[in-house]
Amino acid sequence: MLEKALQGSKIYWAWVVALLGLIGIGFFTYLYQYSQGLGVTGLSRDISWGFYIAQLTYLVGVAASGVMLVLPYYLHDHKTFGKLTILGEFMAVAAVLMCMMFVLVDLGQPKRMLNVILFPTPNSILFWDMFVLSGYLGLNMVIGWMVLHAENKRGELAKWVKILIYISIPWAISIHTVTAFLYAGLPGRHLWLTAILAPRFLASAFAAGPAILLLIMFVMRRVANFHVPDKAVNTLSIIITYAMILNVFFLLLEMFTAFYSNIPGHLHAFEYMFAGSHGKWAMVPWMWASVLLGVFSLVLLIVPKWRKNPKTLVAALITLVASTWIEKGMALVVVGFIPNPLDQYTEYAPTLPELVISAGVYAVGLLVLTLLFKIALGVRAETANA
Amino acid sequence: MDSARRNFLKIAGLAAAGLTLKPAGNAFGMGVIVPEPDGAAKFDDALSAKRWAMVVDTRKFTAQTRKAAVAACNKAHNVPEIKNPKHAIKWIWEANFKNAFPDLAGPHVPPQVEREPMLVFCNHCDSPPCVRVCPTKATFKRKDGIVTMDFHRCIGCRYCMAACPYGSRSFNYVDPRLHLGQTSVDFPTRTKGVVEKCNFCAERLARGQMPACVEACRNNELIFGDLADPNSSVNQALRQNFTLVRKPELGTQPQVYYII
Repeated sequence: MLEKALQGSKIYWAWVVALLGLIGIGFFTYLYQYSQGLGVTGLSRDISWGFYIAQLTYLVGVAASGVMLVLPYYLHDHKTFGKLTILGEFMAVAAVLMCMMFVLVDLGQPKRMLNVILFPTPNSILFWDMFVLSGYLGLNMVIGWMVLHAENKRGELAKWVKILIYISIPWAISIHTVTAFLYAGLPGRHLWLTAILAPRFLASAFAAGPAILLLIMFVMRRVANFHVPDKAVNTLSIIITYAMILNVFFLLLEMFTAFYSNIPGHLHAFEYMFAGSHGKWAMVPWMWASVLLGVFSLVLLIVPKWRKNPKTLVAALITLVASTWIEKGMALVVVGFIPNPLDQYTEYAPTLPELVISAGVYAVGLLVLTLLFKIALGVRAETANA
Repeated sequence: MDSARRNFLKIAGLAAAGLTLKPAGNAFGMGVIVPEPDGAAKFDDALSAKRWAMVVDTRKFTAQTRKAAVAACNKAHNVPEIKNPKHAIKWIWEANFKNAFPDLAGPHVPPQVEREPMLVFCNHCDSPPCVRVCPTKATFKRKDGIVTMDFHRCIGCRYCMAACPYGSRSFNYVDPRLHLGQTSVDFPTRTKGVVEKCNFCAERLARGQMPACVEACRNNELIFGDLADPNSSVNQALRQNFTLVRKPELGTQPQVYYII
């Protein structure tokens, strides 16, 4: 089946070459970071995690969201998702790979990475994150491949693959829960120290992930004649709508507790994000942009007429992804460090090398996604013709 | 590699255990090192305790003694002097009361307390969150309560920095060796990409010396001793004075006590 990735149009190859170019630029920029140290990033003594770890967090959500296709099909026999689950599984593979690379580029001593395995430490949530992420990667690679294989041979899915699929459903929930636990168990980081961090993560993931997948499907419909059944689009956009409503609801719950209790530690991060504090306000325009984009997308999604119109749906999905990305892929990780433990305000902005390296990692993910989707579409075209 | 080095140290220690030579000056050279039951190597006249703790008598400090304590630590541990505050390495430093105790600083702090900074450093918590989160056990708590690091095992994930509620940890964003003046041979320099922090001068205790900051203070501004010994100087100070620890509500059980 692999050979299907090698047969494509000029546009396909141009896209692949462009991604390879980005990967190359990202790789050389990483070599620069590797030789100079993480000082080339915007990270600091006070804000010791930034853009890389925020992308990890966001992409774990994207990876987990594949379950929103798998679950309705395998547990509720929602037939229109039948041809789409493979895309969810392959997107999970690409997303988890990116997660792992974002951890790798964030390490001060990447050569010692295997110490996590050589000295396994179950009391560290990072150990469990590594465990669930690599497990999820393995599950989705095997499942995706076997589903495709069955389609190629026009055969039934083997029973053991079905068992793996059932395992992968709670496993998807676990990867984002464990990722939330990275943050939610740290004393003194008030923005993160909340029991609803995991549900918040899951809600934003189940909104943003399927939104990204739906956008990719629309692109594939244009460039690759990919058939997306209207009913599937409909169901997915309803899932996205509910998840986004929950996401906003959870955020408002956080704000209620912070503002009504009036406890300084709980208030500070929200004040800094939405109003600025101690003369620092770098995050303020972003946060309000996130709010506006989020509200805009929700209005488009909630009104059935607009949700069902492909044009307004696309606008809703794009703004939803932007809104959740600002909130989770930029603000949540960084603002958790503001103010610092000594109540001082230091700000953070990613540097150019940091952004280029991140672009390189995203390019690797997109390349993997492109190749896997190309193979899936190739197999499908062949079986359709036969 | 690292565990091989450790084993070598242990074997070297065992080989030397039967001899009664006086300790050489260098803990990281091959002096006379006697292995403890828990495997940690030390000299035969090392200072030991069941639970090391520190009392900071902020009333006694002057600007001069604070500077002297910080300078002594920086010198003893090859702490680089990095101008960019974002990349600064700090083991022990000066902080205002409202920064050291943000939850306690009400609007009416006596002017002297408000004005005079105090020394802050690692609290060597009894329940250290940094140790809890470290994915490689590169940071660990010793039996005598000292929370310390294996610079060779640290992968530089900085999870410990997110976990420490006192800002006591620093990461080598740049090569620290480029920012060193005279290098002390009694403590290793570090490489870029690892975390570091105050270690209660474990390497000096092993040579029978008090911590560098304590030694730099001549007037009992810093009192260091064994919490398990009722007659120790720390216990005397704790009995005679009302002390505070930083952020006790977080359950980390800090073992650095402040007399305000």
